[in-house]
Amino acid sequence: MTAFRTSPRRFSGRLGLAATAALLPLTLAACTDNAAPAASTDGAAITVSSTSSECKVSAAEAPSGNLTFAISNDGDQVTEFYLLAEDGLRILAEVENIGPGITRNLVATVPAGKYLTACKPGMEGDGLRAAFTVTGTGQAVTVDDDLQKLTDTATGQYTAYVKDQTEQLLAGTRSFAAAFAAGETETARGLYASTRMHWERIEPVAESFGDLDPKLDLREADLEPGEAWTGWHRAEKDLFAPAGYTAMTSAERAGLSAQLVADTEDLYQRTRTLGLTADKLGNGAKELLDEVATGKVTGEEEIWSHTDLWDFQANVDGARIAFENLRPVLEKKDAALAAKLDTRFSALQTELGTHARGTGFASYDDLTPEQVRKLAALVDTLGEPLSRLTAAVVL
Amino acid sequence: MSTVSRRGLLSLAGAGGVGAAAGLTAGIFGRDAAAGPAEVPASDTVPFHGERQAGIITPAQDRLHMAAFDVISEDRAELIALLKDWTEAAAALTAGREAGTTGAVNGPYDAPPEDTGEAMGLAAGRLTLTFGFGASLFEKGGSARFGLEGRRPAALIGLPHFPGDQLQEQRTGGDLVVQACSDDPQVAVHAVRNLARIAFGKAQVRWSQLGFGRTASTSRSQQTPRNLFGFKDGTSNVKSEDTGLLSEHVWVPAGAPAPEAWMEGGSYLVARRIRMHIEIWDRTSLREQEGLIGRTKSEGAPLSGGTEFSAPDFDAPGRAGGPLIATSSHVRLAHPSHNNGVHMLRRGYNYTDGSDGLGHLDAGLFFIAFVKDPRTHYVPMQLAMARKDTLAVDYLEHTGSGLFAVPPGVQPGGFVGERLFVA
Repeated sequence: MTAFRTSPRRFSGRLGLAATAALLPLTLAACTDNAAPAASTDGAAITVSSTSSECKVSAAEAPSGNLTFAISNDGDQVTEFYLLAEDGLRILAEVENIGPGITRNLVATVPAGKYLTACKPGMEGDGLRAAFTVTGTGQAVTVDDDLQKLTDTATGQYTAYVKDQTEQLLAGTRSFAAAFAAGETETARGLYASTRMHWERIEPVAESFGDLDPKLDLREADLEPGEAWTGWHRAEKDLFAPAGYTAMTSAERAGLSAQLVADTEDLYQRTRTLGLTADKLGNGAKELLDEVATGKVTGEEEIWSHTDLWDFQANVDGARIAFENLRPVLEKKDAALAAKLDTRFSALQTELGTHARGTGFASYDDLTPEQVRKLAALVDTLGEPLSRLTAAVVL
Repeated sequence: MSTVSRRGLLSLAGAGGVGAAAGLTAGIFGRDAAAGPAEVPASDTVPFHGERQAGIITPAQDRLHMAAFDVISEDRAELIALLKDWTEAAAALTAGREAGTTGAVNGPYDAPPEDTGEAMGLAAGRLTLTFGFGASLFEKGGSARFGLEGRRPAALIGLPHFPGDQLQEQRTGGDLVVQACSDDPQVAVHAVRNLARIAFGKAQVRWSQLGFGRTASTSRSQQTPRNLFGFKDGTSNVKSEDTGLLSEHVWVPAGAPAPEAWMEGGSYLVARRIRMHIEIWDRTSLREQEGLIGRTKSEGAPLSGGTEFSAPDFDAPGRAGGPLIATSSHVRLAHPSHNNGVHMLRRGYNYTDGSDGLGHLDAGLFFIAFVKDPRTHYVPMQLAMARKDTLAVDYLEHTGSGLFAVPPGVQPGGFVGERLFVA
């Protein structure tokens, strides 16, 4: 779940799903393998039955470590389940939007201490609460109050990165649009790929503004019959025209340029305030690799300019920055995953680097099938562990 | 027409090497063929003749082989002869008999056998063969073919380009289509192979597609199967028991203008080869998977609550103002309540076709639907999904397509599409 999204082909609003990422139990953390859990739950899920009048939790006590609650909504209203700190205020973990008849799991890493469980049928009020004790007999869970700070730093850094990229995108787009409108084809061609990199680096954020993505980044195959085509790829086709193509008139180029700048200004304005969270960074990184796998490594993104490797590099840049911003959190939660991601980002970057030419990249058309396969394999090699980043930082 | 029953042949075959070999093969694949009775049990065959073609409301069989053909002759008589030959062969094959009068082993020793033989000893596995006509059968390059001027039904449109389509020419279109469904993949392939053989000189295979597992149930007696996303598919499909919905949404009604009257009682078959980016999907959190579909993965219940067959409540609010079933979810966009109340009878199959060359499975859904008019019952929904359905936009790619007019059933002595040519 993410408020940003990436679509290999065009926007679609994953925003609609976005509301309910599990809240970060950030004061809980870094578990280390230790003694076996006590026998009381023995790793089995603690079941919770939520009705309009009851919140039946199968155990009132559990050993420390990873706890799984399986919450069944046995009532007829939408319900929620919370694990609260002893003060009854601080939320350690929650699961929302459980429809009647549905069972959903909540996994949380919980240190020894006194807590409250709460079901909230109807999603209102304080909920049906009960005491819950976690004993120190399970895995040792170290409490790290710095995690929240580290997470805040990560999201702050990434927010700054997004803003910076948007500023560069806007400046670059103005130059590109001016050259394109003036019919300075060679200049516009030279600016095309390097300017788009700023877009591709922050694509999941840009795409979270649902209406802007199709205006700026729609490919010809993504059009509906009769739909107006604007944005970068419209200009791409004119600049890197296929055989038999009728060039745009200068008035058409001027119109497209003005729209491109206006839409990018709109993006710039909207990215001045961003409410990013750790899960959005993690999912955004994963989605950037998805983009590479389905659009760039296949050469489908830039079918006329063949500058796919520029986009490829930019997507990897964006994913790597999100990962690096989150790394201090990840190292406390899952150091092995952090090390693996380091290695695999490097391997992909090294291979991609062999295709660098001057300040840019080789044309996708010049890659041999073997070279493409090699890149694809490295994308998958990285994509698989990267898909576990979000769960690792929010659990 | 062959009078040779494949099982009957086998029961005689204690004396013959061929039968013994077939029995051995059957044994390897765990089939109960060698012990089969001389007569194919009635429950194992689906009648070929009838008011409607079989293979539409027939409870969906487990396996598919579909093939589209281009007619290479421009001779009307040859086309009719092909349809008659196919009809005869289909009646035999669906009854568990062999193709031709002498079958696989009873012909002249110095002649190639009429039936290709790989189904010897196998039960029919409820084989159905369903035939349809593509728009290009009626006209090509602006000229009518086979004397069929004015006979192309208005509903047999050229499908529009849907956003995101990446159709491959060699997987798209066709003058004729044959849908072979059976519980035994070898029986389905055998049927298509023998029909293709009969067609040589008149028609050639344009594309063919295997489906290894059904993704829809067309009867309440069937469990809902899962697609390659791991979700139950076709929960709210039109079922053979829903006779009202079938008349309203699947069968072409009476009262068509005379040139189109040949389609009364028929249906339109929409085929779409939908590649799924399953490797990307597998890296997606369960939260997002369920959100994109709008149902739970285990039970298939709508996220608004209940069990698999509970009606989705699209208005049920969740936390943060959004509905429990997201506005861009698949279940919402595909639901009749968001498609002017239209239903379709879906009959698709999971497929895998090797690799894409980049280390990923070329796998997905071979979507098949039967509707009374694709202009109202397919195009608007597919446009909406291609536009708004996050699942479709991010994880699916349509790589092949076909639309075919499926005429009504064949009566004994008749042939497929007879009214188009005779009436």
